[in-house]
Amino acid sequence: MLRYVIRRTGAAIMTLIAASIVIFAFIHLIPGDPVYVMLGDGATPDQVAALRARLGLDEPVVLQYLIWAGNALQGDLGHSVFFETPVTQVIADGAETSILLATMTMVWIVGFGIPVGVLAAMRQGRWVDQGLSGLAMLLASVPTFWVGLYLILIFAAGLGWFPSSGYPSIFEEGGLANLRYLVLPSIALAAPNAALILRLTRASMLDVAREDYVRTARAKGISPTRVVVRHILRNALLAVVSAFGFTFAALISEAVVTETVFALPGVGRTVVQSILRRDYPVIQGVILIIVCLYLVINLLVDLSYRMLDPRVELE
Amino acid sequence: MIRQLHALVGPVLARPLTALGAAFLMLIVLGAVFAPLIAPFPPDAIDPVNRLLPPGGAHLMGTDHFGRDTFSRVVYGARLALLIGVGVVAFALASGVPIGVLSALYPRLGRVLMRMVDVLMSFPSLLLALGLIVILGQGVFNAILAIGLIYLTTTARIVYGVALRLRAEPYVEAARSMGAGTWWVVTRHILPNMISPLMVQASFVFAFAQLGAAALDFLGLGAPPDVPSWGNMLAESRIYITRASWLLLWPGLMIVLTAFSLNLVGDWLRDRMDPRFRDMVRK
Repeated sequence: MLRYVIRRTGAAIMTLIAASIVIFAFIHLIPGDPVYVMLGDGATPDQVAALRARLGLDEPVVLQYLIWAGNALQGDLGHSVFFETPVTQVIADGAETSILLATMTMVWIVGFGIPVGVLAAMRQGRWVDQGLSGLAMLLASVPTFWVGLYLILIFAAGLGWFPSSGYPSIFEEGGLANLRYLVLPSIALAAPNAALILRLTRASMLDVAREDYVRTARAKGISPTRVVVRHILRNALLAVVSAFGFTFAALISEAVVTETVFALPGVGRTVVQSILRRDYPVIQGVILIIVCLYLVINLLVDLSYRMLDPRVELE
Repeated sequence: MIRQLHALVGPVLARPLTALGAAFLMLIVLGAVFAPLIAPFPPDAIDPVNRLLPPGGAHLMGTDHFGRDTFSRVVYGARLALLIGVGVVAFALASGVPIGVLSALYPRLGRVLMRMVDVLMSFPSLLLALGLIVILGQGVFNAILAIGLIYLTTTARIVYGVALRLRAEPYVEAARSMGAGTWWVVTRHILPNMISPLMVQASFVFAFAQLGAAALDFLGLGAPPDVPSWGNMLAESRIYITRASWLLLWPGLMIVLTAFSLNLVGDWLRDRMDPRFRDMVRK
């Protein structure tokens, strides 16, 4: 096991290093001089020289990468050209919104996707199953921003139950009641991913239900509910857990759009705005952090998967 | 005669929803090809007097904030949807298939190539596409490349897996032992056996390309704003949704139905394909 952990961690670190080279190379692949692009045409030669020096663009490329990566390891991701504050500060400002949004979304995904997937599997082939599976495929075909706009139209503009945009921090006036700002965005964000987990739970339940030990359990006279919960569901959830790394990546992608729809001050919206503002250090910093998070989550998912299921071979 | 009729009607009766989906896709293709004949107005004809008209009368689906006919724009939007879908699928296959096949044939090269694919897959898909848009700039063609890059990775992975299995098949080994060259094996044995998994993959990529392109358009980083794409129409309608909800309905419905139909067709193809490869083609 230990050997596996070391090897798997090593592979993740190698991927991170390669990804960081891609992220670093990004600024050099932009056509034209990035300094002029960032500052605009009205920049004075002094400003240009100052920014060039600050970004370290005068050094040889390899040295530039080493400096950038070394600083990143020490928690310094450079400075935002637009805000003139450290990139880490810009990311920290959006973190609360994004983390709470992701958490609330996960609650919907797990709370809806898994039970409904179990229901569909238990009614396999009947109209309930066919209806739910059809619904899941439909939800996976719907753009999140379209769901978001309809939620705003119906529940914010129409019924007035929830606010339509923005999010004041829970540490400001209003406290935890401010979480109502995240209800509609999290539902929009959860829709396609809950559909995915639903389909996965259903498929996995049906796979496990064919196992010998399930038949044995039934033959022993264990109650059907207990067989479903203890024998089938517990094992079926393994496959669902292993999909959470993928779900996280999908959430990040869709959060970029959802935060824009609902004008939430999160990290995803910061990416879009930084692209429009040509604030490259922020784009690089955010993507590096997200890739890092994604690799860590995938690593943890892989390791826990192998701990939870002793049958999985440790290559 | 009856038998031929049965062969035609049978599958439709077995999966009515999929048949409806296929019919809808046909409609989209026809709409895209004959757009100038179907659309009652030019898609960019501005008519300020008749702005934000509800559906009905001369304007089947109403008009937008410039008084442009929504139905005409939806019909022309089918052109862009097809262009994006075909473009992304072509790019993903043209790049993913060679990468996957070469990796399977030459393990040393494969380790490097597949490692690079892994690295690209460590980026959340939309961020990868946005990064490429920043480098290339905005535009329809660049949107195709950016979304295509996402599906290059998944296509290469699937092709790699399928090619590895095919390479170990007895008939491939037999061909090799009879002196068949690599080119012969690839063109006669590997590629022809790959067609069905690739068709399944292509239909899913086509579906998700629609959603990806719509997201880029919505963020203002996809097709230029004057292009009547469904995503652009949604992005423009955003501030008018309380006054003119039909602007939100029609383009969105087109995106959903197109992606849903493609997913249905993809599922149908997957159920029909060789069970040995079925578990490899997952979304």
